[in-house]
Amino acid sequence: MKKPFYFFFFLLIILSCKDETECCVNPTIAIKLKFTHNWDGVELSSSDFNEFKFRTANNDLISISRLRYLVSNVLFNNTIESSSTIYSLIDIDKNETTLLVTGVPISKVNALAFTFGFRDEDNLDGVYADLNSASFNVPEMLGGGYHYMQFDGKFKDSNNADANFNYHAIRAADITDPDNIILQDTSFEVDLGNIEITENTTIEIKMNVAEWFKNPNTWNLKELNTVLMPNFDAQILMNENGQSVFSLGEITSN
Amino acid sequence: MKHLGFYIIFLFFLMSCSSKEDDVYTPVAYNLEIPELFADKLIAPIIPADNPLTIEGVALGKKLFSDRILSGNQTQSCAHCHKLQEAFSDSSQFSEGAEGNLGSRNSMPLFNLAWNFEERFAWDGKEFGLENQVIEPIVNPIEMHGDLNEITKRLNGHHSYPDLFQLAFGTSEISGDLVAKAVAQFMRTIISANSKFDKYLLGKASLTAAEENGFNVFMSEEKGDCFHCHGSNNNPLWTDNQFHNNGLDATFTDLGLGDISGDPVDNGKFRSPSLRNLTFTAPYMHDGRFSSLEEVIDHYSEGLKFSETIDPLMKKVNIGGVGLSDQEKADLKAFLLTLTDEEFINNPAFKN
Repeated sequence: MKKPFYFFFFLLIILSCKDETECCVNPTIAIKLKFTHNWDGVELSSSDFNEFKFRTANNDLISISRLRYLVSNVLFNNTIESSSTIYSLIDIDKNETTLLVTGVPISKVNALAFTFGFRDEDNLDGVYADLNSASFNVPEMLGGGYHYMQFDGKFKDSNNADANFNYHAIRAADITDPDNIILQDTSFEVDLGNIEITENTTIEIKMNVAEWFKNPNTWNLKELNTVLMPNFDAQILMNENGQSVFSLGEITSN
Repeated sequence: MKHLGFYIIFLFFLMSCSSKEDDVYTPVAYNLEIPELFADKLIAPIIPADNPLTIEGVALGKKLFSDRILSGNQTQSCAHCHKLQEAFSDSSQFSEGAEGNLGSRNSMPLFNLAWNFEERFAWDGKEFGLENQVIEPIVNPIEMHGDLNEITKRLNGHHSYPDLFQLAFGTSEISGDLVAKAVAQFMRTIISANSKFDKYLLGKASLTAAEENGFNVFMSEEKGDCFHCHGSNNNPLWTDNQFHNNGLDATFTDLGLGDISGDPVDNGKFRSPSLRNLTFTAPYMHDGRFSSLEEVIDHYSEGLKFSETIDPLMKKVNIGGVGLSDQEKADLKAFLLTLTDEEFINNPAFKN
């Protein structure tokens, strides 16, 4: 009877040693990503909404009513250390602009990247309760899943009258044949390069909103304003313009 | 033997302590049954930590909801303008208050309120939190026109309410705060989630061709584009609970959210109502201007009016809207009626 007791006692010691080792070999920290917004360098916040104060590259005068978008798949050194899919709905109007990433490995230099929107493997219809509750879904007839971005506002049309725009970015869907929808993943990875981080680091990620209308495609709101979700070509243009929208801002440690 | 006597005395002492503790009644937690679709698709309902649902609290709230004691002249209860048969709304365009005054807005239906995640209630978002919302009509001069001090005095002198509050909240001293908590508890149990479309989503019913076409009109960005503000199969609340100017007027007599925020950019914005139970909730819009669903659909199809704060989701405002065909309108209506929950308005748990 004594032998099994010693065996279990020994096993317990071994197991507890293993935990101790694991904790200290791969220590991790939490990092805050803070998304800020500007229009060609001029700071933009919800207090700037609903005023015709921004001019696009195509010389369209616009006001912004709503701007919210999804960021996901945050990678440090090409790996997700967190156990679950990390995503966040950034909503300027509600001042929800930060994303806390836990499980970031401590190393002097970290390569930081994230996805604008959801990659196809994450873009699963109806599975994220918080995004459903925020009515961020894409109709099944367009392939389902979620919006990448809802960017709504008004522009002055050729008669200088107010007209609406809904610059909604989603996975591109060709619905020419409703029984055979062709989908194309138009989310994109934003690579912010190598960053030196320590515990309590806040990384600013800047979105230049003007870039959505500028580069490489000069966006003509008089032609592309509403009903862009089922417009496959418009989604491709958004994807192309989105590539230059984000850049690395300040890195601060508290 | 000496020790035995000591132990017996000690035992009696312990027993007497125990019976004193039993005198403090603890209300029984209420098990809020979350509908399958809500559990699958939505985040958890809002239940404030300082007002958990209890069986006694919900029962008390239900009794208060239907009791005229809450109005100034004791002629009107909450149920007067929020009738179960009308999905807890009022078929009158403007409800008559306790003193015969007419309001200027249509009574909002009451259901699934615990899933109003931002907790801004009423058409204009005036009240934050359901407990605050409960008090508003009680003291509003054109509604129940009550005085909270007077009402709590009445309740404290009532033959049964002090005991019921004792059971629900552990005190027989009734305050306005506790009245609000009790009624809010009851209101959080008012759930509607068993319409034909819910059953369809759960694989327990099928849609007609017209209903299916109507759902497609609802979900199509170039047709109805209703889903951006009114939920979808993935948001079975059928509202975003946000504030929009949906193009009803070119100029405003009622500023809606703008009156509350003081910000002109909010003028003409009202909270999107749920599209559940439209069969029972006519007339429609914040001011009950439309008596039929046909009028509502016509408005979005060709009746939009421009104003500076009109929501950008209102398309083709310059020509009045997206211009649905007669068939699309009929199908859209057929789909909307699948959100009718007959079981809800006949639920004995909500009947007085």
